[in-house]
Formats: sequence, structure tokens, C-alpha cells
Amino acid sequence: MLDLLISTLTQGLIYALISFGVYITYSILDFPDLGVDGTFPLGAAVTAVLLTRGADPWATLAASLAVGALAGLLTGVIHVALRVRNLLAGIITMTALFSINLQIAGSNLTVDRGTDTIFTAPLTMSLFGGLTLMQRKLVVSLILVVLVKVLLDLYFRTKSGLLLRAVGDNAGLVTTLAKNRGVVKVVGLMLSNALVALGGCIVCHEQRSFSATMGTGQLVYGLAAVIIGVSLMNFYAASPLARAMRGAGALRYLATPAGTTAVIAGSILYKICIQAALNAGLPANMMKLATAALFLLVLVLSGRKGEAIIHA
Amino acid sequence: MLEIRDITKIYNPGTVTEQCLFRDFSLTVPDGQFVSIVGSNGSGKTSLLNIICGSIPTDGGDVLVDGKSIARQKDYQRYAAMGRVYQDPAAGTCPNLTMLENLSLADNKGRSFGLGRGVNKKRRDFYRQQLQSLGLGLEDKLDVKMGALSGGQRQAVALLMATLTPLRFLILDEHTAALDPKTAEVIMELTDRVVREKQLTAMMVTHNLRYAAEYGDRILMMSRGHVVMDRSGAEKAATSMDDILDMFNRISLECGA
Repeated sequence: MLDLLISTLTQGLIYALISFGVYITYSILDFPDLGVDGTFPLGAAVTAVLLTRGADPWATLAASLAVGALAGLLTGVIHVALRVRNLLAGIITMTALFSINLQIAGSNLTVDRGTDTIFTAPLTMSLFGGLTLMQRKLVVSLILVVLVKVLLDLYFRTKSGLLLRAVGDNAGLVTTLAKNRGVVKVVGLMLSNALVALGGCIVCHEQRSFSATMGTGQLVYGLAAVIIGVSLMNFYAASPLARAMRGAGALRYLATPAGTTAVIAGSILYKICIQAALNAGLPANMMKLATAALFLLVLVLSGRKGEAIIHA
Repeated sequence: MLEIRDITKIYNPGTVTEQCLFRDFSLTVPDGQFVSIVGSNGSGKTSLLNIICGSIPTDGGDVLVDGKSIARQKDYQRYAAMGRVYQDPAAGTCPNLTMLENLSLADNKGRSFGLGRGVNKKRRDFYRQQLQSLGLGLEDKLDVKMGALSGGQRQAVALLMATLTPLRFLILDEHTAALDPKTAEVIMELTDRVVREKQLTAMMVTHNLRYAAEYGDRILMMSRGHVVMDRSGAEKAATSMDDILDMFNRISLECGA
């Protein structure tokens, strides 16, 4: 039971990386980027190939971030320069990536037990060698996700980050600030897709495999995590508890959690729900159906039905 | 000097709904002039502003600043020297950013948006002072999200943001139309003050004939893509609201409206 909890938490954390990406496009940029379903396996494909060729496990993180950013650049250029609608731009990238991913990996790939991943790399072993593999996965994922969260929070407070938030909120204003809104959108798409590919990379490390179809449904997962997280955060921020804390000095920071914190919470909660459904006897083949049904339930319950939710 | 030279603008070219709005339309606005533009719906007022700002393409002609063409510049490039306030109070600010964040964005116009801190805490006092001068009690709401403010408050901040950094041209597109009469008055007075203080070249489209008569040092009345009244200086000063209304009724009758 404890093992199950640890593995579910680990999954929730790893998939939070993908949810961060979806959060940037869907919530901040107001850009429904379907390219996610192709970028996620892209990160995994590059990682699987590099690992089987004996690359340093940590280098795969940088590599997947880079290829993810390129995929975002592709979607961005299709949308901004070629003026294709955002939904279609993402679909084109997703479809193209399906072939590209297979070209990169050759076929579905398995990383054999003898190859080091970030969970068994020398650095990890020297720090957390006393833990079991499962516990190490949890700890390493947690560190990674917190690191990315903190970096994102810092970025959102920079001038560039402020402009990114502005372009999703009121693109016309960015134009009157004498800035090319298209460029700002492309930057956001690159950042988002880099994070999604990083998620694919960590998943590949975790399950030691790449499959061409592993991307299916990832966007829905990310969206669900974002919507659950942001809805809960809004609910919490309006609660008497949060209101009381806002007036209580140092505690006021706990009263208004960052959007990225909400996304992590949403991702973990969603994984728990799906795991619970599997435990209750749902066949694995039915998982995507359960994912979709749960997403619909979240949409209806949150009262959002899919319109843009801009972060706090 | 802002110059619009022989502009042609055709909507829906090559279709049954083709409509020629401007044919060889020209207009010259000297530096520091405050132009009020009135006219019925569809007379070309807003299209004129959009052509100046590069928001819509034209079918010929040129837009020049100090004799140099800016027709090939993209809209965002033109805004380097221009500020614009729209009719919709929500259009000039970001509703989900705080007022401080909005002002910080506007304050950084003309510089690069890199990885430096988005909000400069040292500027807080400057923003407070600017907001105080609006006289709307906004100086204590720096950390409030723009979306939580009223239309008038948002429009005042939008005006402040549009004119926070050095600029030459201020484009006002019916910017008091969505406000209640009292707030509209406040915004109009603020506009006049900022245009005088910063010696801006301003073009204001308005449906309020009284504002057109009272403010600005030139009045243009437009009808179906033509200027039917153009008075400036002493002649403008002598023009009353009734004169404008008379002219307005006359052109409306000609249109059969």
C-alpha cells in the first residue's frame, strides 16, 4: 500500500512537469496547444536513444528541453508567421512529430536494466544511496519538480515573464507597448514545449521505455491537472482560512499559493484519482476512457467548461 | 508632423459588399495639435486612426511622420512613438495583472523585456504620485488586479499607461464613450491636461459634440470618407456645439438617415 502511494506520488510529480507546460500555454498564453501529445513522446524518444547510446543520464534532460523548445518553435512559427489558427498549428506539429519521434527512436525502445538513469546515476547514488529505488524516484522527482517550479515562479516575475502573462491577458496591450506579440507567443510556446519534453524525458527514465503512442491523452492529463489545481486554489484563496491568514504577517504567503503550486497539487490529485479507479478493478485498457470521463467531470464541477483560466 | 497622403481604403474588395471608404484621402496634422474628430457611424473616423496606427492595411497611399514614410512599419513598431486609448476600458490594461504590474509594463516601454525584475519597487512612490494626480483615490490600489477596478478607473490607468513613457502621438478612439457622464468628464480633463503638459500631437475620435467643441485646437467632421468640416485656431475657438450639431444634422440628411 505504501509502495503504491509512493509510486502514485512519483507519477503525479513527474506529470506535473507536463502540466507546467500546459499551464503556460492554456492558462497564461490562452493558446490550446495540441502539440503536447507529440512533444511528450519526443522528449522520451530523444532520451531513450541517448541512454541506449551510453550518454550521461543528466545530459538527456538538457537534450529533451532543447528538442521540446524546437517543437514549440515549430508550432509558434506555423501560427505566427504562417497565420494558421492556434488549434490547427498544434495539430500539425503533433502529427508531424509522430513520424519524427519514430525516426529518432527507430521503433519502440526499451532501456535495459544495466543502463544508468537519473535514478541510478552516480550522483543520485552518492546522495540517496541508502534509499530503495522507489524512494529515490520519489525524492529525485520531487527535487526536479520543486526546482522547475521555483525557476518558473522567478521567471514569471521578470520583465520577460510579465510580458508573457500580458500577451495572454491582453495581446493588444503588448502591441501598444511596441513589442511584437508574435515573438512573445513563440517564446511562451518554446518554454511550454521544453517542459513537456522534459516530462517525457523523466517518464522515459522512470519506466525505461519509449513507445510511439505514449503521448496520446497527455494534453487532457495536463489540462485536467491545471483545471483541478487552479479551481482548488481559487476555492482555497476565497476560504475563511486563507482570508484569516492574509492578515497574519508571515502566514500571508500561504494564503495565496502560486499557480505553479496549484498545478503540482492538481497533477498529484489527478494521478491519485486514476490510480484509485485502477485499484477498484478498472482494466488498464479502459484507462484513457476513465481519464476522459474524469476530465469531463472536473470541467463540469469546476464550472469552467474549458474557457480560458488565467493564473493568479 | 503627421501626414496622411492619398490614402485609399476599400473594404471587401472584389465582392458584392465592396465599399470604398477612402479615395485619395489626405490630412496633415502639425506637431502639438490636438484634433477632435466627429462624424456619424461608418464615416471613417476609426478607420483613419487604424490606418495611422497600422492596425489595418490600406489599398494605396502613404502615412508619413516628419516627411518620412512609416507605411512599411508594422503596428507594434509604430507604437514606439504612439500611445493609444480605446473605447473599451478593458482594452488598455491587463485585467489579471495588478495595477503595479500593469504600470511596470508601461514604464518599461521602449526598453528590452529581459530577465530583469519585472516590478521595480523603487518606482512605487513615483506610480503612487502619478496615480494621486488623477484624483481618483487609486494610489492605494497598486496591488489590486486591474479587473477589479471600475471602467472609469481602468480608463484613467490606461491613459496614464499610454502616456507614461516619452511619446509624440496620442490616439484616442472614443475613449470616453463607455463611461458615465461624470467619469467621462474627469477622463476628458485628464486627457487635456496630459496633452498640454507633454505637448503631444493628439487625435481624438468622439461622439460627444460638446467635447469636440470644448477641447482641442482643431475640429474635423467626417462623412463617408470625406472631411466636411475642418476648423482650427480662432475659427475653431469660435465654433460652438450648436454649429457642430447643425452641420451634423445637415450631413445626416444628405445621407438620408
